[in-house]
Amino acid sequence: MAKSIRVRAKVKGDKTEVKTLISHPMETGFRKDKKTGKKIPAHYIQEVRCEHKGKPVLVANWGVSVSKNPYLSFKFKGGASGDSLKISWVDNMGKSDSTEVKIK
Amino acid sequence: MQRRNFLKGSIATSALLVAASAGVLVPKTVLAAWPKDAFAQKSIADGMSKLYGSSAASDVGEDKIKIKAPDIAENGAVVPVTVTVKGIDKVENISIFAGNNATPLAASFQLSEGTLPVVATRIKMGKTANIVAIAHANGKSYRAKKEVKITIGGCGG
Repeated sequence: MAKSIRVRAKVKGDKTEVKTLISHPMETGFRKDKKTGKKIPAHYIQEVRCEHKGKPVLVANWGVSVSKNPYLSFKFKGGASGDSLKISWVDNMGKSDSTEVKIK
Repeated sequence: MQRRNFLKGSIATSALLVAASAGVLVPKTVLAAWPKDAFAQKSIADGMSKLYGSSAASDVGEDKIKIKAPDIAENGAVVPVTVTVKGIDKVENISIFAGNNATPLAASFQLSEGTLPVVATRIKMGKTANIVAIAHANGKSYRAKKEVKITIGGCGG
């Protein structure tokens, strides 16, 4: 399931702007299944890690209040066009995914 | 059954974490494990204490911490929030709390050197509440808030 992350990273002047969209249900654990009345177990991303050339630039710790199919954007200095950028996530069920892109 | 196993697993892991951090006080800025305690707290102050070691913060205006979010959100399930910090040096962490949520801490971002103190994401809000953004720099916390009115809640189904 390597395709849960979409990343766009672009250099603007001395800054690199990163925009990320992840496909994930981000289930809070408070919701109930309308048909069965049973609680839907919590299932959410806890950590998103962004690394530029192997060095972490941002670690996001998330709780259940982050929306479904989460969006994340941030900026950092020192990136250059063609550099590799790795984004990975881990959720509370131990599932994970990662992707590597080249900065535009 | 799966859920049971998962719960057992997470309890075991947290026990390990407690054991690991019992001896040495781990600095909060280290890019480390997910702050389970902070996310479990039911108030912003408690969440801050777990995250930064103290709930003390100086209130700052829009010139220092700008929270961009809608005044009225029609859909509480998706509230876009952008936090921009200006004029505070060496921001190590930015956290976003939604005041009326069962567990207010929504997201906490650990920034590295060279990462600009600007983050954007989308959060869920159950009720009309203040979004509180905390910027943590040099052991101090700075706080700003913005009210967002919710017409349809984003928690529960």
